[in-house]
Amino acid sequence: MSRTFEYAPAPESRAIVDIKPSYGLFVNGEFVDGTGTSFKTVNPATEEVLAEVAEASEADVDNAVRAARRAYDRVWSRMPGAERAKYLYRIARIIQERGRELAVLESIDNGKPIREARDVDVPTVAAHFFYYAGWADKLKYAGYGTTPLGVAGQVIPWNFPLLMLAWKIAPALACGNTVVLKPAETTPLTALLFAEICQQADLPPGVVNIVTGAGDTGRAIVSHPDVDKVAFTGSTEVGKAIARAVAGSQKRVTLELGGKAANIVFDDAPIDQAVEGIVNGIFFNQGHVCCAGSRLLVQESVADEVMARLKRRMATLRVGDPLDKNTDVGAINSAEQLAKIRELSEVGEAEGAERWSAPCDLPANGYWFAPTVFTGVSQAHRIAREEIFGPVLSVLTFRTPAEAVEKANNTPFGLSAGVWTDKGSRILSMANRLRAGVVWANTFNKFDPTSPFGGYKESGYGREGGRHGLEAYLKGADQ
Amino acid sequence: MSRIDVRKTYKLYIGGQFPRSESGRSYVVNDAKGRLLANAARASRKDARDAVVAARAAFGGWSGRTAYNRAQVVYRVAEVLEGRREQFEAELRAAEGVSSGRARAYVDAAVDRLVWYAGWADKITQVVGNANPVAGPYFNLSTPEPSGVVAVVAPQGPLLGLVSVVAPLVVTGNTVVVIASEQHPLTAITLGEVMATSDLPGGVVNVLTGSQAEIAPWLASHMDVNGIDLTGVADPALAASLEVAAADNLKRVRRPAPDTDWLAEPGLDRMTHFLETKTVWHPIGV
Amino acid sequence: MTPTASSTASTAPGLGVLDDVVRSDSSLRRFLHGLPGVDQVGCEARAATLATRSVKTTSKAFAIDLAIRMVDLTTLEGQDTHGKVRALASKAMRPDPADPSCPPTAAVCVYPDMVATAKQTLGESGVHVAAVATAFPSGRAAMDIKLADTRDAVEAGADEIDMVIDRGAFLSGRYLDVYEEIVQVREACARPDGTSAHLKVIFETGELQTYDNVRRASWLAMMAGGHFIKTSTGKVQPAATLPVTLVMLEAVRDFREQTGRMVGVKPAGGIRSTKDAIKYLVMVNETCGEDWLDPDWFRFGASTLLNDLLMQRTKMTTGRYSGPDYFTLD
Repeated sequence: MSRTFEYAPAPESRAIVDIKPSYGLFVNGEFVDGTGTSFKTVNPATEEVLAEVAEASEADVDNAVRAARRAYDRVWSRMPGAERAKYLYRIARIIQERGRELAVLESIDNGKPIREARDVDVPTVAAHFFYYAGWADKLKYAGYGTTPLGVAGQVIPWNFPLLMLAWKIAPALACGNTVVLKPAETTPLTALLFAEICQQADLPPGVVNIVTGAGDTGRAIVSHPDVDKVAFTGSTEVGKAIARAVAGSQKRVTLELGGKAANIVFDDAPIDQAVEGIVNGIFFNQGHVCCAGSRLLVQESVADEVMARLKRRMATLRVGDPLDKNTDVGAINSAEQLAKIRELSEVGEAEGAERWSAPCDLPANGYWFAPTVFTGVSQAHRIAREEIFGPVLSVLTFRTPAEAVEKANNTPFGLSAGVWTDKGSRILSMANRLRAGVVWANTFNKFDPTSPFGGYKESGYGREGGRHGLEAYLKGADQ
Repeated sequence: MSRIDVRKTYKLYIGGQFPRSESGRSYVVNDAKGRLLANAARASRKDARDAVVAARAAFGGWSGRTAYNRAQVVYRVAEVLEGRREQFEAELRAAEGVSSGRARAYVDAAVDRLVWYAGWADKITQVVGNANPVAGPYFNLSTPEPSGVVAVVAPQGPLLGLVSVVAPLVVTGNTVVVIASEQHPLTAITLGEVMATSDLPGGVVNVLTGSQAEIAPWLASHMDVNGIDLTGVADPALAASLEVAAADNLKRVRRPAPDTDWLAEPGLDRMTHFLETKTVWHPIGV
Repeated sequence: MTPTASSTASTAPGLGVLDDVVRSDSSLRRFLHGLPGVDQVGCEARAATLATRSVKTTSKAFAIDLAIRMVDLTTLEGQDTHGKVRALASKAMRPDPADPSCPPTAAVCVYPDMVATAKQTLGESGVHVAAVATAFPSGRAAMDIKLADTRDAVEAGADEIDMVIDRGAFLSGRYLDVYEEIVQVREACARPDGTSAHLKVIFETGELQTYDNVRRASWLAMMAGGHFIKTSTGKVQPAATLPVTLVMLEAVRDFREQTGRMVGVKPAGGIRSTKDAIKYLVMVNETCGEDWLDPDWFRFGASTLLNDLLMQRTKMTTGRYSGPDYFTLD
């Protein structure tokens, strides 16, 4: 008898999703043809073309904004909060009912492991709608007034397509705004399925409009004069461009941008959980996470031990078919992103850091990158400063808490940070001194609808989630 | 023969000191009737840079103080201002040409505003922070923290307007570089004297006088400034260009509101606009 | 041999640097409390994630047969009789009489007075006899009685001894007492021919309460020379759980790293279904690696688990679901 316990392939069935050959835009409650050209969305695990998707032109965006404005003026802003709530509850329920379908589609279009899409993304999406549904008729208790802003233009990234949609749409609708949302060009399919869910929920036409496309479509939304509010999640570079584009206008803006989080491991850390936290911090969702713990700061006295344990653990990561229920690390979302990860990794080597990748067989087709760790990294290295947005960890060491804080904060970003230590007072001290919007102590990459999320400094402004998340969609208590 | 009075030289207030502009420049400040009041320092970009350095140096200590302590310091500013009220009333009468009653009302309001904000220092966290009931075994707490160094373009109101934009930033732990009203800069420097004698650490508030259009762009584009309050910018084109410059490092921007009624009770807004929300998670286990 | 509180352990287990650790109560305490902490939430989250592994088709068949070979088929009841034990031993040797390809279990696990009966039935089948000794399950008896209990079982032919630690001593911080007790029981496992019964050390993790305690108990037992560390007696709830077993697996993995010596792990109590058993095997596989995927290094202490494994095994071979009527109760 063999002593090797190999897991046989355990693929989740694709049969549950019905991908159409082509998709239009979702405007005013209906799917319509775009007037622009179309583009293809591919399965990054296989490079198979999944569908042709319409690219919304400026005129299409204008139609969508008009629809949103009409719905805002005539229906949504006038509807009592309790009634808006019921639509959001309906949507939450349909998401739960169609959860497996959404998870499979997300995995296919994004490349993320089905285990994560099924156990993290989709349940959190439903929870987010459920949470904000409950706020819709309680806004007067939240402290930001009860007056919505109007039409919200929302542009979201490809790393958590449906979850980012939920973070944007749920609070906007709860507060009485209507939305025009653009999913990322590489991951439009779950947003379009969400449009179908809006139809199933009988959401009034125009309250949610989904326009697909790339940068030009996004720019058209951001600069549309009848958009009152811009919400963006994505790169810091684009975030800055948006901040410039709205300058001098009355548009309100929230930006959730890049990060280069320090995950700080002290010598008294609960070591097995810390190693899990490091792995989860950087390899969850292939490292396509703005708050990824991409800089490991480990206390020198335990650095060798932590690295040995980390490498042993990384060797057990199962990289491959995203639809296999046992896959831990899926495909890189696009050829473009893969090229960027490769480039920065090569820079890391060229700058003298030592590269180690987990031994794993990568599929021949699709976009893949083995979980990788760089040791001997200094603060000056590009891989310690730039967001790689992939499964690449840079390891630095420190000797004292003060040095850890200094290194952790020595970045233009400020989205998240991790601290691992068994000493309670040290946790609180570190949490106070880290300049980051989310501090995970003895855990990492945890998200919840009730918990505000967002950055300091160049990681953006505004918060999503929790009571704080309402502020972005209301005029304020003083208005 | 009557005594020749000793006039005050109005300088800048940077890092707790009162330096002249490094540029050696000054400009004429007239009273409401167009007569010379004094020469004010005309700050340069290098003065702005020095002010940011001072504000950054002060940030760690000031934001690290207890909220109670910040409250006491700001309250102390109110006390000292109250004690020098005649001087401020006289300055307001001279600068703005307002009546004695009006001048007294402004000083009253400025003192009261400082007291009001002082009280907020140890309450704002309770009002805008949250314990978040996450769906899992985690302690989860959101608390406000100051954004850092904030540049302010002060409105015209020489005392009340200035106090109303600076106090909310200071009580919450930010440090400030403020460009005083270009037309009425002298009261701002006198207020600097009040702050310098009120236990407020040097660098927490830095006052520049001079040309808004000249100095503000340097602050808006400064990569070590975390936020900019454009309240006093009356020119929409200048405001837009400052907002564009501020995007370079994603400063938190507060858009112009030059016509604000400073006698009305402010809301929380001027505090929360330059607060970050930090959320800390920790597992709950044995 | 009656140790006094101040005496050092009678036999140094040869652990290199760790030998110094057990020279005094205070050094032992310092060592155990210096082990890295276990964060409860993180540990349970890791166990839950591993439990989502989907093991199908060939890998499931492999896992089922491996799990059967790892079962310590157990009866530990006041109402046990020689007849019951003989029946159980027969079942251990040929769990599925209808299918000769079905492997035997690792052992049968009984009270000391049933060892001879079990041994007689099992003969040279290769299925071991494990005996719970040392005043199982409470462990509340004088030391000489525990040792006599052990020697009695070994003399009667037990291949393995499952002892319980003194949880009272452990929880009150008398670690050296617990250590020395294990050392003595291990010595009592010796046979006249120089060989020795294997010693499994039961922590009763449900009484130790915290994962930190489980980790400390694991190191204590391993340093004292236990061959296996075992979660529970099955008489206290909760018995075996995935996270408790994870902590113990991490301990044996780290212990080998440090000393070169391998120690086995036995979750016992509460593991009733094939699905559960496979979750444990996945955890072994991904925590310690394949070296531990062997009945010499991993066991299930269970009674009803075997029948579920057999039903699932039949389903794998016949393609249809089976029912309890087709398998013997013992």
